[in-house]
Amino acid sequence: MNIRVLAPGLLTTVQDGGRPGHAASGVGRAGAMDPVALRIANLLVGNAEDAAALEITLRGPRLRFDDDALVAITGAEIDAVCGEQPLPAWRPVLVRAGSDIAFGGMPRGARACLAIAGGITLPLVLGSRSTDVNAGIGPFPRPLAANDALPCAPAPRNLCGGLWRVLDAPGRKTRRPKIAATSWSVDPENWFDYASERPIRAIAGTHFEMLDVDSRRRLFGADFRIGIDSNRVGCRLEGPALALRTKLELISTGVANGTVQLPPAGTPIVLAAEGPTTGGYPRVAHVIAVDHGHLAQRRPGDVVRFAQTDLEDAQMRYIERERALARLAMYVRERLRHS
Amino acid sequence: MKALAVDWLGDRALLLRFADTIDPATNERVHLAARRLRRARVAGIEEIIPAYASLCVHYDPASLRGPGEAARAELAARVSEAIAHDEAGEPGQAADNAAERTVDDFDTAAEIEILVCYGGEFGPDLAAVAAHAGLDESAFIAAHAAAGYRVAMLGFAPGFPYLLGLDPRLHAPRRAQPRTRVPAGSVAIGGAQTGIYPRELPGGWQIIGRTPLALFDATRSTPALIAPGQSVRFRAIDANAFAALSR
Repeated sequence: MNIRVLAPGLLTTVQDGGRPGHAASGVGRAGAMDPVALRIANLLVGNAEDAAALEITLRGPRLRFDDDALVAITGAEIDAVCGEQPLPAWRPVLVRAGSDIAFGGMPRGARACLAIAGGITLPLVLGSRSTDVNAGIGPFPRPLAANDALPCAPAPRNLCGGLWRVLDAPGRKTRRPKIAATSWSVDPENWFDYASERPIRAIAGTHFEMLDVDSRRRLFGADFRIGIDSNRVGCRLEGPALALRTKLELISTGVANGTVQLPPAGTPIVLAAEGPTTGGYPRVAHVIAVDHGHLAQRRPGDVVRFAQTDLEDAQMRYIERERALARLAMYVRERLRHS
Repeated sequence: MKALAVDWLGDRALLLRFADTIDPATNERVHLAARRLRRARVAGIEEIIPAYASLCVHYDPASLRGPGEAARAELAARVSEAIAHDEAGEPGQAADNAAERTVDDFDTAAEIEILVCYGGEFGPDLAAVAAHAGLDESAFIAAHAAAGYRVAMLGFAPGFPYLLGLDPRLHAPRRAQPRTRVPAGSVAIGGAQTGIYPRELPGGWQIIGRTPLALFDATRSTPALIAPGQSVRFRAIDANAFAALSR
């Protein structure tokens, strides 16, 4: 089955769990900017958590489904309609063949995820279907454009039998609903940051102590704003410039997603999914892994404040999140069988 | 081997620092350590990124015994142990079995030859850097092609090699005004380093020539033509040869 792109939206890309293992060749991981949104969307349609889905940025696409499809929307709040009917999020939704889904703007958040049961069946490139927009790598090495067709596996009929019965119910064809959604859903409160003023947690980096006293105080305390030129490579933090006590000449090293680099201009950059694999700027902080997705949901112009934490707290939260996701996965699998 | 300095790069990566200098001996140690660590296949390790004088290791925190200091120390010890493994663990061991190879199990034994058409439209900065070196263009080209280079690291973009071994006479400052588009295959000099742009990219290095070889192709089984730690030589070709090889 195919999904046809009638209009691509602002920046819609194919993303999965990413492309680890190639950083020594300069190839970044890419993958979803909000990995939890990807994983839950996939869970809701019975896919492997890291299966390829669509990452929608700020303004959504218009898509036509050539065949029946079981889909789920997670991540940012996004306006989505099928004809007159709004598409509910954070739950499985069955879409009838021939339907168009029109995604609009995002009242909250910056990146929504649309998963399709069976998954997007593009070939793997270096072990992943993700689009690395900046490096031009992936089976679909660019954002979606109008008239693109995305090959997808046929929707498995062994899940959400109740929804299929709604769509297949006898009756006048024109009166039949175009979509059917479960009454249950995953509570986004646990997975999406509705309090956009909540601080993003970060650990002091190797060169934090090299910042001057004011800059150290500003990094953990001042308000920064997400720069308009932020993208999947990195998030530019506009606001009070940060300065080092003395000029540092550093030798390039490997870096990581979440690393907060400080280029000479004094505007920190948080490296994101498509960030470079190596860098030579001072590393003043690192956003903790459980907050990568929360930062990715901030929109250009939104305020970011950092709260300092430590490695132990960061890893404890990470391990707890993984346990919570494993519990959610069990719950969702059970519900899918009986929906 | 004395214990290496460990920096924790956030909650999913660590950085082993070998020295704070750019020199071939340190870089050699980094690549040896990277090879051993790849071969050891330590559970939970997702990336091993060699650089000039450091090795960056990405790992999954969920693979640790817990969030405490002791669990991280255990990981650091496993990494150090793998790196310190004696030479008996070098090539030919079971883990070198071709079936177990991943893309990043680089073959660094062979020296690779990079064909370059120097100067002219392919090397718009050659005249300026030759003048800076006090050499005529042909002497500059001969010196660039005479040296043996070593790939210190790949970074900046997929397949971009940072090469050690540039003749000190050829060192040249970066351009005051970086270019927004440097063509794919451009061979360039930035300070004490020389490198090759694998694709069209913005860049501030001085462009002295261009290779017709594809440095990076994600659809090849080994996408990067050049591996970290590998030896590289340049050979001058003329515009006709360049055209023939580009076809």
